[in-house]
Amino acid sequence: MKWNKKDILGIKELSPDEIQFILDTADSFVEISTRDIKKVPTLRGKTIINFFVEASTRTRTSFEIAGKRLSADTVNISPSSSSLVKGETLLDTARNLEAMSSDIVVIRHHASGVPHMIAKHTRSSIINAGDGTHEHPTQALLDMMTIQSEKGSISGLKIAIVGDIFHSRVARSNILGMTKMGADVHVAGPATMLPPFVDQWGVSVHTHMDDAIRNADVIMMLRIQTERENQNIFPSLREYSRYYCLNSDKVKLARQDVMVMHPGPMNRGVEISSDVADGVHSVILKQVAYGIALRMALLYLLAGETK
Amino acid sequence: MTKKRVVMDSEQFDRSITRMACEILEKNKGIANLALIGIRTRGVPLAQRIHDKVSRIEKGHVPLGILDITLYRDDIGLRKEKPRLEKTDIPFSLDDKTVVLIDDVLFTGRTIRAAMDALIDFGRPRRIHLAVLVDRGHRELPICADIVGKDLSSSLREAVSVRLQEIDQVDEVVIEKIK
Repeated sequence: MKWNKKDILGIKELSPDEIQFILDTADSFVEISTRDIKKVPTLRGKTIINFFVEASTRTRTSFEIAGKRLSADTVNISPSSSSLVKGETLLDTARNLEAMSSDIVVIRHHASGVPHMIAKHTRSSIINAGDGTHEHPTQALLDMMTIQSEKGSISGLKIAIVGDIFHSRVARSNILGMTKMGADVHVAGPATMLPPFVDQWGVSVHTHMDDAIRNADVIMMLRIQTERENQNIFPSLREYSRYYCLNSDKVKLARQDVMVMHPGPMNRGVEISSDVADGVHSVILKQVAYGIALRMALLYLLAGETK
Repeated sequence: MTKKRVVMDSEQFDRSITRMACEILEKNKGIANLALIGIRTRGVPLAQRIHDKVSRIEKGHVPLGILDITLYRDDIGLRKEKPRLEKTDIPFSLDDKTVVLIDDVLFTGRTIRAAMDALIDFGRPRRIHLAVLVDRGHRELPICADIVGKDLSSSLREAVSVRLQEIDQVDEVVIEKIK
C-alpha cells in the first residue's frame, strides 16, 4: 500500500486499509525496543515538537521516546512555558514552530478540532494526541495493535467499552476504528454518559454493564473523570463504582480468555478493581509498551522527504 | 522490448549454493561461533537454504537470523515513498560470533553498508563475512564479498534479478535490458 497522508488527525480520516498498514508497520517496530541499543538512525536530522497544551505524561513521554528511538530531535512545549500564556494566538504559535523548521508537530489541546485547524495552516505534519472530547487516534491505534497482537485479529471480536462514553475521546476513536475493522462493539454506561444518537455509530448500547461484557473477548474500561463529580452526571463515585466497576466477579461474565484494557490513568477501586487491573487478564502495561512501537511507526510514515 | 537472458538455471543454482555453504564452513573451520543472517527480501530464503546445507554437513545447530535494513537506508529521506518495513528477527547474541551476511545480488554495496550498521547495533561480532549469490559489479562503496556464487559482468542498463522458488516459484538468475 502507498502511504500518502500528511497528518494523523483522527481515525475518522483513515480507511481500514490504512489502519491495517499502520498496525503492520508498527508490528515491525516492536523488536527495536527489545534490543540492547534501542535506537535506529532512520529519522536523523528530523525535528519533532511535542506541543501539549493539556497535561499529559504517558502520551507525551511515549511520543518523546518514540522520536528518540528513531534518532529524531524531540522538543517538548508545555502550556506554562509557552507564549500562549502571554496572549499569543494558537495559530501564531504554530507558525512559529513551523518557522523553526519542525517536521512533525504532535498536538494535544483541550478544544476539539485544534489539530485540524493547525494542519490546514502549516506544512509540518500534524499528529493529534487528543483534542477535547473529539478524538485520540494514536491511543485507539495502539489499542487496536494490542488487540491484534494478542488476539490475532480485530474482526469478529466482541469488544465492550464501559464508562463515560460521552466525554471520552479514547472511546470515540476506538469505536470508529474497531467498527471499521469489523469488530462487534458494545458500549455501556449510565444514560448521562452516553452521547445522544450513539446507537447510530454502529455499536450496541447498554445501560447495564453486564449486558455489554457478557461473553466479551475484550473489555475496555474508561477512566472516570473524577472532576466531573460536581457536573450532575453521576450522583457519587461510590454509586458509580457499585454499578460500573470492573471487579473479578464481573470479569467472570466475559469469555475465559478475555482481555482487560484501560487507557490510563486508572482510578483503582472506581472503574476497575486492583485485582483485575493487576490480574492475568490485564494487558494495561502491554498497551503502554505497544504505544511506543505504534508511535514510532506513525513518525516513520509521516516524516517527509528531506528535499 | 526487454530481452531476458537466463544466466543460471535451477541446477546451477543449487550447485552454487552448495559450494557457498562449503566455503562458509571452510572459512570458519566448522560451525563454532557461526551465525547466518539473511537480508530481506531474497537473502532470507537463500540464507535458509545455506543454513540447511551447513547444518546437514556438520550435523549441528547454526543460529539463523533475518535482517530488514529499511531503517538504516541512506536514501530514506530522499525517496518519495516510504519503503515497507518488515520484521527483523535476530533472536541470539552476535557478540564474538562470526556473522555471515547473506544476500542475493551485490550491486552498489549500499545495502551491505546499511546491514553492517544494523548488525553493530545488535552487538559486537568477532567478524562479518559477506556471501552473495551474484556479484554484478558497479560498487559505489568500498565493499566486497567474501563468498560469491557467480561473478557477473553487467551493464548499468541491465537489471539482474535472482528468482527463488519460495517467492517467485522458480530458481533462476536472469539479466534483462531496461530502457
